[in-house]
Amino acid sequence: MGNASSTLTQYDIEEVQRHCNNLFSQQEIVSLYQRFCQLDRNAKGFISADEFLSVPEFAMNPLSQRLLKMVDGLNFKDFVAFLSAFSAKASLAQKVEVIFKVYDSDCNGKVTFNDMIQVLQDLAGSFMSDQQREEVLGQVLHEAGYTKESVLLLDDFIKVFDHANLKMEVEVPVD
Amino acid sequence: MSKMKASSSELDLDRPNIEDYLPSGSIQEPHGKLRLRDLLDISPTLTEAAGAIVDDSFTRCFKSIPSEPWNWNIYLFPLWCVGVLVRYLVLFPLRVIVLTVGWIIFLSCYIPVHLLLKGHDKLRKKLERCLVELICSFFVASWTGVVKYHGPRPSIRPKQVFVANHTSMIDFIILEQMTAFAVIMQKHPGWVGLLQSTILESVGCIWFNRSEAKDREIVARKLREHVEGPDNNPLLIFPEGTCVNNHYTVMFKKGAFELGCTVCPIAIKYNKIFVDAFWNSRKQSFTMHLLQLMTSWAVVCDVWYLEPQNLKPGETPIEFAERVRDIISVRAGLKKVPWDGYLKYSRPSPKHRERKQQSFAESVLRRLEER
Repeated sequence: MGNASSTLTQYDIEEVQRHCNNLFSQQEIVSLYQRFCQLDRNAKGFISADEFLSVPEFAMNPLSQRLLKMVDGLNFKDFVAFLSAFSAKASLAQKVEVIFKVYDSDCNGKVTFNDMIQVLQDLAGSFMSDQQREEVLGQVLHEAGYTKESVLLLDDFIKVFDHANLKMEVEVPVD
Repeated sequence: MSKMKASSSELDLDRPNIEDYLPSGSIQEPHGKLRLRDLLDISPTLTEAAGAIVDDSFTRCFKSIPSEPWNWNIYLFPLWCVGVLVRYLVLFPLRVIVLTVGWIIFLSCYIPVHLLLKGHDKLRKKLERCLVELICSFFVASWTGVVKYHGPRPSIRPKQVFVANHTSMIDFIILEQMTAFAVIMQKHPGWVGLLQSTILESVGCIWFNRSEAKDREIVARKLREHVEGPDNNPLLIFPEGTCVNNHYTVMFKKGAFELGCTVCPIAIKYNKIFVDAFWNSRKQSFTMHLLQLMTSWAVVCDVWYLEPQNLKPGETPIEFAERVRDIISVRAGLKKVPWDGYLKYSRPSPKHRERKQQSFAESVLRRLEER
């Protein structure tokens, strides 16, 4: 099921459901497939960066370039697996993992001071100076018991977000 | 797919706030002391991005919603086959004949009128107007068009423009068969372009080029000149600037609303049971679109001529445009979305992203002060 055909069989749906740990219902997977085929204009089996950016709401998002690196060229199964962290049934740990991956742009499992500064740069744009960014980040890191030289791992992130009420849910429209 | 470029000239800061229309989700103003968790928490922004990937109101406007496939069974399939044969082998040739006859009559009247009556402008214009209405009627007949017109017919008075929602180029033909409008259109290549430069010139048409940035001022000037001329045909403008799928309306461009004249809204709604009249210009050429219409059963639509509107005191042209869009959308049962139709051809301007960045930066810096 690598190439996008216009219909999904029951086997395909179940395979995708297993791959995303049952975080989406079968109806949601069918809807996501329709959306996937809509975005993937020439039925290549994956959505290119350009096609993602043709959605103005996505292109306007400050984190669009970082997310693009994570979703560019994914086939349908992995596309659903990526979005499964945004399902209502996803655990806090799964959501924190996505946040960690956005920060860890070189995918080495470690988030440095510089990585965090860069995300802050994406989010605040030209409305915060370099000095302000470093100052703010330095201050909150210090209060949380880290330093500018600290390297944060996924476990550190999970600890930081412990018991947080992360509202990170996306509703899949089901016709 | 044409090259994307940031359209800085298209999206003014003046526009109604898109943030009011977009699903805001859980973006509440955070307060209290700033902690590491708050700074690292990118979940609202991530959720917005993921939400846009899963569903967005812009792509919905240009989706040709496919009709449900039939339940093929023992009697429906042969019936459908008979239908196909009737449409392609009986209706289509008949329609081609009707259209050919129409063109012969039209050309044999138009060419003499155009060449011989060069001196008598008023009479020539009147005859050309009638002839254009005639050929449009032939076009509509060639799709078995069933058009119900509601409301008072447009009157030819100075200082008024007509605006309508846009689904396909046939909108123009359907409206033209009732009244000879002058129209402002994108110049097309091929046979359509030829028609544009010869026959439509006689009813008075203004050309623009979407990709030319400087074009806007030239076009605005031409619009103003046209509206002020007393003998010119009434001007028809499609302020959406692009074809939308007849379920939604995108934002109206303010050009038509700052000419200082009365705006008469026209709402058009197609009945999809017979054929989907949406011209998805990315998927088909206009010729294919016309052929598709000519091999369907009928084109059924409603046209409502609505009450003329004027700029209210204290209203900006953009508010005026939104008000008229509201009137048209309500009448035709269309949903409004806050997007500029030209985003089909270019990327959103960085101003939107900057607005989000600014509010984030201000919130962080403010909370830093709260210690």
